[in-house]
Amino acid sequence: MHSWQSTDPVRLKEIAAGIRKSVVVMLAGAGSGHLGGSLGLADIFTTLYFSVLNHDPVQPSWSGRDRVVLSIGHVAPVLYATLAHAGYFPLNELKTLRKLGSRLQGHPGRDHGLPGIELSAGSLGQGLSVAVGMAIAAKMDRKNHSIYSIHGDVELQEGSVREAALSASHYKLDNLVAIVDRNGLQIDGKTEDVMKLEPLAEKWRSFGWQVLNCDGNDIDQLLDVFAKAQISQNAPSVIIAKTLMGKGIRSIEGDYHWHGKVPTTEQALEFLEQLR
Amino acid sequence: MNPYKNRGDKPTKTGFAEGLLEAGLRNPQVVCLGADITTSVGCNLFAETLPHRFISLGIAEQNCVGVAAGLALEGKTPVFSTYGVFAALRTTDQIRISVCYNNLHVVIGGAHAGVSVGPDGATHQALEDIAVMRVLPGMTVLSPCDAMQTRVATLAAIEQCNGPVYIRFGREAMPDFTSDIMDFTIGKSQILRAGNDLTIIATGHMVWEALQAAEILETSGIGARVINMHTIKPIDRDAIILAAGETGAIVTAEEHQIIGGLGSAVAEVVVQHHPVPMAFAGMQDHFGESGEPRQLMEKYGMTARAIVEAGLTVIKFKMQIAKCN
Repeated sequence: MHSWQSTDPVRLKEIAAGIRKSVVVMLAGAGSGHLGGSLGLADIFTTLYFSVLNHDPVQPSWSGRDRVVLSIGHVAPVLYATLAHAGYFPLNELKTLRKLGSRLQGHPGRDHGLPGIELSAGSLGQGLSVAVGMAIAAKMDRKNHSIYSIHGDVELQEGSVREAALSASHYKLDNLVAIVDRNGLQIDGKTEDVMKLEPLAEKWRSFGWQVLNCDGNDIDQLLDVFAKAQISQNAPSVIIAKTLMGKGIRSIEGDYHWHGKVPTTEQALEFLEQLR
Repeated sequence: MNPYKNRGDKPTKTGFAEGLLEAGLRNPQVVCLGADITTSVGCNLFAETLPHRFISLGIAEQNCVGVAAGLALEGKTPVFSTYGVFAALRTTDQIRISVCYNNLHVVIGGAHAGVSVGPDGATHQALEDIAVMRVLPGMTVLSPCDAMQTRVATLAAIEQCNGPVYIRFGREAMPDFTSDIMDFTIGKSQILRAGNDLTIIATGHMVWEALQAAEILETSGIGARVINMHTIKPIDRDAIILAAGETGAIVTAEEHQIIGGLGSAVAEVVVQHHPVPMAFAGMQDHFGESGEPRQLMEKYGMTARAIVEAGLTVIKFKMQIAKCN
């Protein structure tokens, strides 16, 4: 663990608040993007990068690092903000989000040169397969690092995710931890109205995964489930993390309209007040 | 006179199987992904010899492509093969984003190319794979003409390329006639026969048919140049432009739809650089059906005879144009 990483939930909450502020400012500046999901995931990203992950911002390609595959590319803002706060690149580069020539593409693009991006992604349903491939490679080479993949609950509607889930337990990939951002919302409304996912935990269990449920906006609970996931034997783990879309800004929490919306400058200033 | 001797019919997929194994023996990072039809698509030699590097993933092609991408990101050289209809079409989104947009060295073998697949019928005859694969940025598309060349092309795809590669090959035993002393360079076509009245640019199984067609045309006093376009992308623009300039008429021949495949790829070059009359021999925007390979090739216009007819058509055009000028 680096000195700047921590197991103290109070410290981690502070960092998460800082990441949320960066996300709001970034998206207001970009003029387009996805605010709701990015805010909802801030606690998960904070816990990962500032506590759980074995990684080195100064050596982003260090071969022993834990890998993070962001399958839901649209929440790139929270990934970028977290990477910047962790020291992968300067904080002031965050304002270039989505601008022509920026390393911060709307959905993460590896070939634009931003350190810390494991996969160029944006089409839902592909990341778990890639994570499986990485996990298989690690087993073949007898490496000890872990692979974390981050998914939306909505993304699980894509069939290709289930192909990957089958293969992960077939190959006993206990070095693989999938995180599902269970915010229950999608563009057309609630997941359970559009295309119901429940019983979700049972589905994963039936595919041979260890299932860990938690409140994805509670850092104590996150620390607990990540620790449990790390000691899994012979089976991959999935953390079904209940989050609130827009978490941290009370006026928009739980509002699915903020999935693909960004604040105006005025709204951003108001949101930053709420984040204090 | 056709100087090429058929050593004996052999399926091009055996070339893929041999090339894949050879590459695997030479490089411990080569891994092979199976989607349940290992022997049918030429992965059997590898699976038997290097079982610890053969990853069986079942009938889940989209996952196969994603897993290949993950393996490639970790420094492995993954080769994935299934029937071309599934390898290229079911998986297009995954190939587009996880492989091509990430510019990963993944080799995808599309088996059962063309109508010569035979009795399985339309669902299993890959006739659209070249069109879909070649439109993806960064993709290399290979279509070797016989088993010998498929072995060489497979090795080149695995050992020389840095990005995504799609290589298509067939099921049926077909003439095996190229020599491994012939230079094989990705992106550089081979002139198999000299001629100055028209050029037949062919790929895959149609190359042998093109050589037969050239002999028939010879008896009518027409000298046909025959070019083996084994690399559809990047296509050999120089050879096409030279052929257009020196022979003034081009026929393309492929076991593929005439929309979007080799014919279109050649036409893109011809129209922009040296417009000449062209005709396309291939599947005329139709699905295949069950039948014996030879019957299907006859019925759907993928034989020497069809190429000859196309050749006579473009010669006529060429003469009409000459008259106008």
